[in-house]
Amino acid sequence: MSKPKRGPVLTGAHYLDGDHACAEGAIAAGCRFIAGYPITPSTEVAERLAERFPRIGGTFIQMEDELASIAAVLGAAWGGARAMTVTSGPGFSLMVENIGLGVMTETPCVVVNVQRGGPSTGLPTLTGQQDMMQARWGSHGDYEIIALSPSSPQECFDLTVTAFNLSEKYRVPVMFMMDECVGHMTEKVVIPEADTIEVWPRRWYRGPKDKYLPYAPEKDGVPLMIRAGDDHRVHVTGLTHDQRGYPIINADTQRVCVSRLVDKIRNNLDDLMIVKEEQVEGADVVVVAYGISARVATKAITDARKQGIRVGFLRLITVWPFPEKRIRELAGKVKSLVMPEINMGQMFREMERAANGQCKSLLVPHCGGWVHDPNDILKAILEGAR
Amino acid sequence: MNPNQLLGKRGTTDSHPMEGFLRMDRMPHIWCSTCGLGTCLTAFIAAAQESAIPREDIVVVSGIGCTGRAAGYLKYDSFHTTHGRALPYATGLKVASPRLKVCVISGDGDLVSIGGNHLIHAARRNMDMTVICVNNFNYAMTGGQAAPSTPQGASATTAPYGAFERPFNFPFLVDSCGATYVARWTALHVRQLTIAIKEALLHRGFSFIEVISPCPTVYGRRNRLGSGLDLMKFYHDHSITKNFASTRECDIKFQQDIIVGKFVQRDEPTFLDAMDAQMKKTLGAKFVPYVGPMDPARDMTESSHDSDRVPKPK
Ligand SMILES: Cc1ncc(C[n+]2csc(CCOP(=O)(O)OP(=O)(O)O)c2C)c(N)n1
Ligand code: SF4
Repeated sequence: MSKPKRGPVLTGAHYLDGDHACAEGAIAAGCRFIAGYPITPSTEVAERLAERFPRIGGTFIQMEDELASIAAVLGAAWGGARAMTVTSGPGFSLMVENIGLGVMTETPCVVVNVQRGGPSTGLPTLTGQQDMMQARWGSHGDYEIIALSPSSPQECFDLTVTAFNLSEKYRVPVMFMMDECVGHMTEKVVIPEADTIEVWPRRWYRGPKDKYLPYAPEKDGVPLMIRAGDDHRVHVTGLTHDQRGYPIINADTQRVCVSRLVDKIRNNLDDLMIVKEEQVEGADVVVVAYGISARVATKAITDARKQGIRVGFLRLITVWPFPEKRIRELAGKVKSLVMPEINMGQMFREMERAANGQCKSLLVPHCGGWVHDPNDILKAILEGAR
Repeated sequence: MNPNQLLGKRGTTDSHPMEGFLRMDRMPHIWCSTCGLGTCLTAFIAAAQESAIPREDIVVVSGIGCTGRAAGYLKYDSFHTTHGRALPYATGLKVASPRLKVCVISGDGDLVSIGGNHLIHAARRNMDMTVICVNNFNYAMTGGQAAPSTPQGASATTAPYGAFERPFNFPFLVDSCGATYVARWTALHVRQLTIAIKEALLHRGFSFIEVISPCPTVYGRRNRLGSGLDLMKFYHDHSITKNFASTRECDIKFQQDIIVGKFVQRDEPTFLDAMDAQMKKTLGAKFVPYVGPMDPARDMTESSHDSDRVPKPK
């Protein structure tokens, strides 16, 4: 009897931590190139791919630092690979310049940031959610980005696939904002059959070679891509460029170039916005949370409901762009919005801005190193219900 | 082919014989007249043609600076990246698409200062690529600041009383890190430079060519070295060709003799060769070599999407 042929996708039920689940998600999404530099608590993603790739036709390269890792990922993406890099806070800081290059050159790739507490070297092995604003605004200049935040190892798998799909669809580096707790938490992860996992193709240009305009947008604002070496003679630059990709340094070209980078995300919000809602209709208080904080908030919400409080739950999966519209709607209906996060108020500022004074906004801050005491969240819910 | 042949006789044609290899719709370029960068580009195009490598297999990557603009003028697939990161970008391209002949053309500030760490590691890995490092002894694009190549005693805007730091000896640096082809020529040595670039393109492994290039506008003027022509005259009088000289001896001192030549050429396994060999050794039949880049023709049918929207997780 011959063994059943195993594809690269690790179909079946597995006991995995978030980092390993993310690595498996990358494989399922068709990622075959990863460049990285070790940093806790993200290293397990790279380690798993270093082990898995040579058995499934992928390449792992340990670069000399994070600046090199992200640069290699951008190069690999133009070389025609689905590519990813993995890091944590300090490494993320080193990557931001080239994340900007990725945005400007519309290079699909995924940047995984398993967050730990900062600033600086901070808490190497302990959790934080303190890079949320950096994910949005880390690189200089004006741009829009997509960032997702998983709350469980299962989501680390599922959403890594989604992250790749969104990066290909919108041709933008997608930030995958995990946190140490989710990265190191081990749970059952169910991986479906390979052919049931939706993997988006790159947006290839297939027309005549000499007609190709690398930055001519399709209807949804996103241009089509080619591979280096396919004889299109394309020029790719981080300078402000026209549709041919040629640098043109003036205000008009800048307006066209930057508006499209921003609009291709802003005009497609409904498509890329993923949130999960629970009992928000008729609620007095809605807890808004993401990542590990969403798991912790569940306990506070259950306790509050036991006390008869009508609490809804809005879990953010797409964190950038921020689900501003939905928050604004909710803010018009509830007494308060409560947000626990493992920072001193980053996404909270966005929430408060979106709520626009229609209701109370309550932050439950945490400096990092551990998750919230659910009682602190409960207290905020009780206060919000008053 | 002799590069002079390629250039044709002056005045005999309306078009430049290298037009097909340049983005003519971007001309005029931003480089100053008598800058050495034009010569480097000419040598590159001539070498690429003579190498007979299929044109679409050659990709050019640059960092930032006057030299960094080279990628934008060459009609190849070309990548103008961030300051210092041309080499890791090129590494990603090469590893993702091993068929490509990846060439990096960039400045000495870009490759050796901000990108110094990448340079030593790309050399250590013997990453199969060609690096042309244009050394004009300063940071030209930002206006003539000191570079890791500025000779002691030379003046720069950030070394107004004369540079006193020890400059790098580039050939020695990359040689000691494991580069497998190392040469240095000046912008005057068009023939030798063209031959060197051709050899480097055909070399399997990390090849590094330093090109000493005149920057009359900032370095030359500040140091009162005269016009571009005077700088070329200096190269003529002060270059000493010494093939296979010990790279240790190749220091450059302010306005003194410059040792040029091909210094290193050796065969060593490249990054990809070494990776393949090690994986085969440890994994045997379980090793599945990298399948290469996604194929536009097959990508659509292999993927399983059927709607217009990116699927959202349940
Ligand atoms: C991160 C970063 N730092 C600084 C700069 C500014 N900058 C642009 S070109 C350049 C120097 C380039 O010098 P070199 O590589 O020697 O090239 P040259 O202009 O001399 O050809 C610098 C510092 C930049 N673009 N990016
Ligand atoms: S400033 Fe110097 S290096 Fe730059 S184009 Fe002018 S002469 Fe060449």
